[in-house]
Amino acid sequence: MTKLKQRSIEVYDWIERRLGLAKPVVEAAEHPIPASSASWWYVFGSAAVVLLGLQVITGILLALVYVPSASDAWNSLQFLNHNVTLGWFLRALHGWGSNFMIAIVLIHMTQVFLFGAYKFPRELTWIVGVLLLLLTLGMAFSGQVLRFDQDAYWGLGIGASIMGRVPFIGALLVHALLGGPIIAGATLSRFFTLHVFVIPGILLASVGLHVWMVLRLGINEWPMPGRLVRKATYEREYQELVRKDGVPFVPDAVWKDVIFAAAILLAVIACAFFFGPFGPTGQPDPTVIQTAPKPDFAFLWIYAVLAFLPPSLETPFLLVVPVVLIGFLLLLPLAAGEGEKHWSRRPVAVLMVALIAVTLGVFTRLGTYTPWSPIMDAWASDPVPAEYLRGRTPLERQGALVLQDKQCRDCHSLGGLGGLRGPALDSIAARMTEDQITRQVLQGGGNMPSYGNALNPSETTALVHFLLTLRGQNLTPAVDASQRLTQH
Amino acid sequence: MNSSNSRRAFLFKLSVLLNGAVGVVLAVPILGYLLGPAWKKRSSYDSWVALGSVSEFPEGETRLVDYRNPVTTAWDGQTGNVACWVRRISGQQFQVFAINCAHLGCPVRWFAQSKLFLCPCHGGAYYADGSLASGPPPRGLFEYKHKISRGKLMISAGEMPTLATEACAKNPLIQLEPAPKRPA
Repeated sequence: MTKLKQRSIEVYDWIERRLGLAKPVVEAAEHPIPASSASWWYVFGSAAVVLLGLQVITGILLALVYVPSASDAWNSLQFLNHNVTLGWFLRALHGWGSNFMIAIVLIHMTQVFLFGAYKFPRELTWIVGVLLLLLTLGMAFSGQVLRFDQDAYWGLGIGASIMGRVPFIGALLVHALLGGPIIAGATLSRFFTLHVFVIPGILLASVGLHVWMVLRLGINEWPMPGRLVRKATYEREYQELVRKDGVPFVPDAVWKDVIFAAAILLAVIACAFFFGPFGPTGQPDPTVIQTAPKPDFAFLWIYAVLAFLPPSLETPFLLVVPVVLIGFLLLLPLAAGEGEKHWSRRPVAVLMVALIAVTLGVFTRLGTYTPWSPIMDAWASDPVPAEYLRGRTPLERQGALVLQDKQCRDCHSLGGLGGLRGPALDSIAARMTEDQITRQVLQGGGNMPSYGNALNPSETTALVHFLLTLRGQNLTPAVDASQRLTQH
Repeated sequence: MNSSNSRRAFLFKLSVLLNGAVGVVLAVPILGYLLGPAWKKRSSYDSWVALGSVSEFPEGETRLVDYRNPVTTAWDGQTGNVACWVRRISGQQFQVFAINCAHLGCPVRWFAQSKLFLCPCHGGAYYADGSLASGPPPRGLFEYKHKISRGKLMISAGEMPTLATEACAKNPLIQLEPAPKRPA
């Protein structure tokens, strides 16, 4: 036994003499950190790295089977789901790992922002971190494209259409993105290259830089209200803090990282096991147009924002706002590199986080049920509630038929069923008079197309008469105040 | 000895310069390869595609038609197919619309009863003639250039239409060119 041990030590020494890595690694592991930083709030960065590792491993395993060809990618995903042993589970791990990674990266970023950790001398760590966020989102988008289904196909269409809005070089960008004139084999190959070679390469190198700077500059100390960062004195104060009140990273702080990493991995495994893989949805066949394309969760908020922009503002918004937002994130530590770190003395910072979180949350929520989209089959599937037909004249009932047949329900709901694009019609006659309804139906306006060409006069009369019976819980009918004035 | 003027310093600078030159020589073909599809002349993508004989399209109706993109590779699979909406107004008068919404490229659907094209993504709506009815699109539907040749309806197609790569940039919306007079 001692002989074996002796031999092992010899082998280790032989290698270490040539490699020389053990000493710096041990030094890095045991480097002192402020005792206050050995906190549960400081575990998100390492969790992101662990998730990245999971993504790399599951990604490589999926690449064993996946075929990056427009004609076969979808089939190879079905094959993974149904024919390869545990293929579905690997796909689920990779998909859920991606969602968790985006969430953890955002939480990490929020924590760093609220703790003022981006301030001197860690400005560049933050800037590289912003790049890491963008790369993570780039991985999520390109990964969604590799799941080459209907959503991926039309998602590429959205990407190309956004590129097409760039002035002067729009056509060039569209073709560079698609790798040709249409979304096809070359497009998938491009995104495969991005997802598997280009972005991961830059991502891993940037993570290296990020961690290197964290080690070199020391982990941010727990902020104290009133303890200001000054470039002239900060580094000395930090050294003093670590000398007086420091603990070695391993083992005093690292166990929290390790436990959290295990918890996160378990959460990914549980989600993958219970909820399964994402898609693929329908085949990427552009001639099958019975589809309502939607991006993955992380991009739903963008999809929602695009529904609300006025057409004249849309192109400038799409081209300017991302540049401004990313520019703001990159320049933040350079503009606010000194001063207060504690969140309780930075109300604007806290409000900004709250505002951004609420905004993202609201738009994501809207993106999950897309109230701005017509429900394409509502006219043929959602009946007019029976109570809206009881005791109605034949003309009014004919109007209910017109309402269904002319697809009004795709945008307007009755009894809670139907589209949300336009207002619900249950109490329309309490808000609009006969003249107003007729005008609105025939001429449209306010986001409603005009139906003058789609309705003949008798259909219009029937429809308007039916709509006039819709007064909610027997509300007073709308009246034209000016008409009453002229009668007196 | 002044190191910045020594022979070694000169040779070092020379080696850097040489490698810079080699780098430029190498960069030209790499960029050419990478940007090839982007630099390619756009007109080279388009060609005339037959959608079917005129008699297949009933007058006054709008129908979904599939065609194979003029340029495809063997591994494009289904993605090499493209759909478009053909509207036969009357006689030889046609309009052929791209499937892609002018807003963000999603596939629009025709509703014959309400005479509208509706987009499932953000609710863009267009009238039967392709003009904008409501919603976020900045313009009407993209229209393909078309002609009738030996009784067949042909369109000039080959690119995914976006605001920068319109199916036919010159033709204003709705305006119909008089159909060329050819024997049907």
